[in-house]
Amino acid sequence: MAVLTYREAIRAALSEELTRDENVVLMGEEVAQFHGAYKVSEGLLEKFGPDRIVDTPISEAGFIGMGVGASMLGVRPVMELMFWSFYSVAFDQILNNAANVRYMSGGLINCPIVIRGPANGGTNVGATHSHTPENVLANHPGVKVIVPATAADAKGLLKSAIRDNDPCFFLENTILYGEKGEVSDDPELLIPLGLADVKRKGTDLTIVTYGRCVLHSLAAADILEKEHDVSVEVVDLRTIRPLDIDTVLASVKKTHRVLIVEEQKPFASVGSQLAYMIQREAFDELDGPIHRLATIDAPAIYSPPVEVEQLPNPQRVLKAALAAVE
Amino acid sequence: MSKKAAPTAESKVSCTGQSASAPINANLSKEEKIELHRKMVRIRRFEERSLRSYQSKKIGGFLHLYIGQEAVAVGCCSLMGKNDHVITAYRDHGHAMAVGMDTKALMAELYGKITGCSKGKGGSMHYFAPSLNYWGGHGIVGGQIPLGTGLAYALKYKKLTGAAMAFMGDGAVNQGAVHEAYNLAALWNLPVIFVIENNGYSMGTSQERSSAGPGLAQRAEAYGMNWGTCFGHDIYEVRATMDKFLTLAREKHQPAVVEIDTYRYRGHSVADPDKTYRTREEIEEYRNTKDPIQLFQKTLLAEGVITEALIEQIDTEAKAEADLAADFAEASPFPTPDDIQKDVYWEADNADKRTSKGRLFFD
Ligand SMILES: Cc1ncc(C[n+]2csc(CCOP(=O)(O)OP(=O)(O)O)c2C)c(N)n1
Ligand SMILES: [Mg+2]
Repeated sequence: MAVLTYREAIRAALSEELTRDENVVLMGEEVAQFHGAYKVSEGLLEKFGPDRIVDTPISEAGFIGMGVGASMLGVRPVMELMFWSFYSVAFDQILNNAANVRYMSGGLINCPIVIRGPANGGTNVGATHSHTPENVLANHPGVKVIVPATAADAKGLLKSAIRDNDPCFFLENTILYGEKGEVSDDPELLIPLGLADVKRKGTDLTIVTYGRCVLHSLAAADILEKEHDVSVEVVDLRTIRPLDIDTVLASVKKTHRVLIVEEQKPFASVGSQLAYMIQREAFDELDGPIHRLATIDAPAIYSPPVEVEQLPNPQRVLKAALAAVE
Repeated sequence: MSKKAAPTAESKVSCTGQSASAPINANLSKEEKIELHRKMVRIRRFEERSLRSYQSKKIGGFLHLYIGQEAVAVGCCSLMGKNDHVITAYRDHGHAMAVGMDTKALMAELYGKITGCSKGKGGSMHYFAPSLNYWGGHGIVGGQIPLGTGLAYALKYKKLTGAAMAFMGDGAVNQGAVHEAYNLAALWNLPVIFVIENNGYSMGTSQERSSAGPGLAQRAEAYGMNWGTCFGHDIYEVRATMDKFLTLAREKHQPAVVEIDTYRYRGHSVADPDKTYRTREEIEEYRNTKDPIQLFQKTLLAEGVITEALIEQIDTEAKAEADLAADFAEASPFPTPDDIQKDVYWEADNADKRTSKGRLFFD
């Protein structure tokens, strides 16, 4: 065990997998000489050389499509998007080609690609750079979608994603890159995709969440415990697809009340899907309607103090949680 | 608006020209030459048969026929070695047969049957055969070109001597993804040939109404890439031209854009009544003077390689093969609703090797 930042944990996962399997390559804009726009790949060029750590031109459709093609022939590319927001210019390559090629070939072709990069708001970069497309991605059967909240999860999940034979989309968070946590240095310690993690145990309310909202929910849970005598269980999904609904339902059976917290626009969000599944599969367990806290429904605002209020934050979670247990 | 010719295509000599004496053609055995002819005939008869099945409503969706363009796919694919790969767009029946896919599985795919090459999950536009180095069959105009570039990247990364041929139409050259791929291929010296099958039209839009600049392949100059054009009605010329560029790709990792002048006799798809953008006379002119099968037949007769009787026999056999494929397709079962969720995830189909948890499918 060592204390690493989320950024270092991702780097460690990359480094270990690049060492383990020579078919793994890391590609993207500024990943090599510049050490990564967010310094995730710092030191990897020096360690693995330019054939394995590859700087690309600013051509997301071109280089992601190239990675998809290379993966069909057995390369295992890890493609960095400087921001997941830029997936829109490579949408066809990601969601037509990577997502569908196995199906349309009747199972003859695999696409073991990982596409990773940050997907979050909260950094005052405006609407074009603040997309959280996990719901859009997960809407496509054939793909896997991972959104880690902690350093340990980021490492263990990324390693699983790189070894996975299906296309895996790994959504990081620029605000979490500096967050520290205990991380195993065992190169064979993997966290399976599709396994949720109860980040805090409680009895009165289940908060289902993932990504940075896990941290907001834990902060709010502390206040709820101390000041309101409400015991909150925080379930971190970690993976959106496959989805560990069983862990969610087990928690609902205990608390009978649910709040979903997500950094998503509300319409047809991950939370919409969760709410449907919870009511469908645990209707009799619910003592009240399922509540949801999402991003306020508008493009991401630039104005720094206001953007904080547009996104979920501990105070907004606190308020929503109190409403949910009322 | 009539078809615009590729810059140098008009002046090229057909059939008995220099390309016949190019070593890649001169060294062909009699049997190999007959095989080239047979492949083109088989493709044409297969497609004519598929059209009849479409008209009798056995086939749904789109059906984009390759009739008239056969010399391109057959010529290019006849040059493939062990590490050469092919990817193309939705007008993909010719390439599929050129690499050696079985007509029964191809026809069954059109019929939407479980015995189809993609188990009825892909349809006409999405044929694949990775074991024959054939990577589709892609429905989005230009979307396959980055993938083809990736095949070349993988070859180079694995230090294999081979090349990828990424086919597209004359309309696809105006897609951004194509230009991104050109840049990557040239920047990284990837062994890929971008093959533009210029049949003059993208649906009903002629080249002159869609593409600026003097020629389509010439755009390669902007990326410092090699380029060439060729008269695609003459299979010898296709082979001679492509051989040159394939050798440069395999041996020197030089990518290229090759524009092959060709023509489709049928509408864009069978749903196109083909009455608005070109004349009957134009189509007839091509049919009568530039048909790739007729031209090659004449050449082979002149070379003394083939006889009228053998031509007749090949044609009869090709028709019988197409009928047999249709019978096979007809007799095959459809997939069942239980098959809908198979072949989505590798992990779901290999449950014993699954490492992830949680639900993969939703309802
Ligand atoms: C991105 C995209 N836009 C539009 C279409 C509809 N479409 C299918 S084929 C086609 C024409 C393409 O022409 P060309 O590239 O010349 O190929 P050809 O059909 O002549 O073989 C169009 C517009 C599509 N499939 N994909
Ligand atoms: Mg065309």
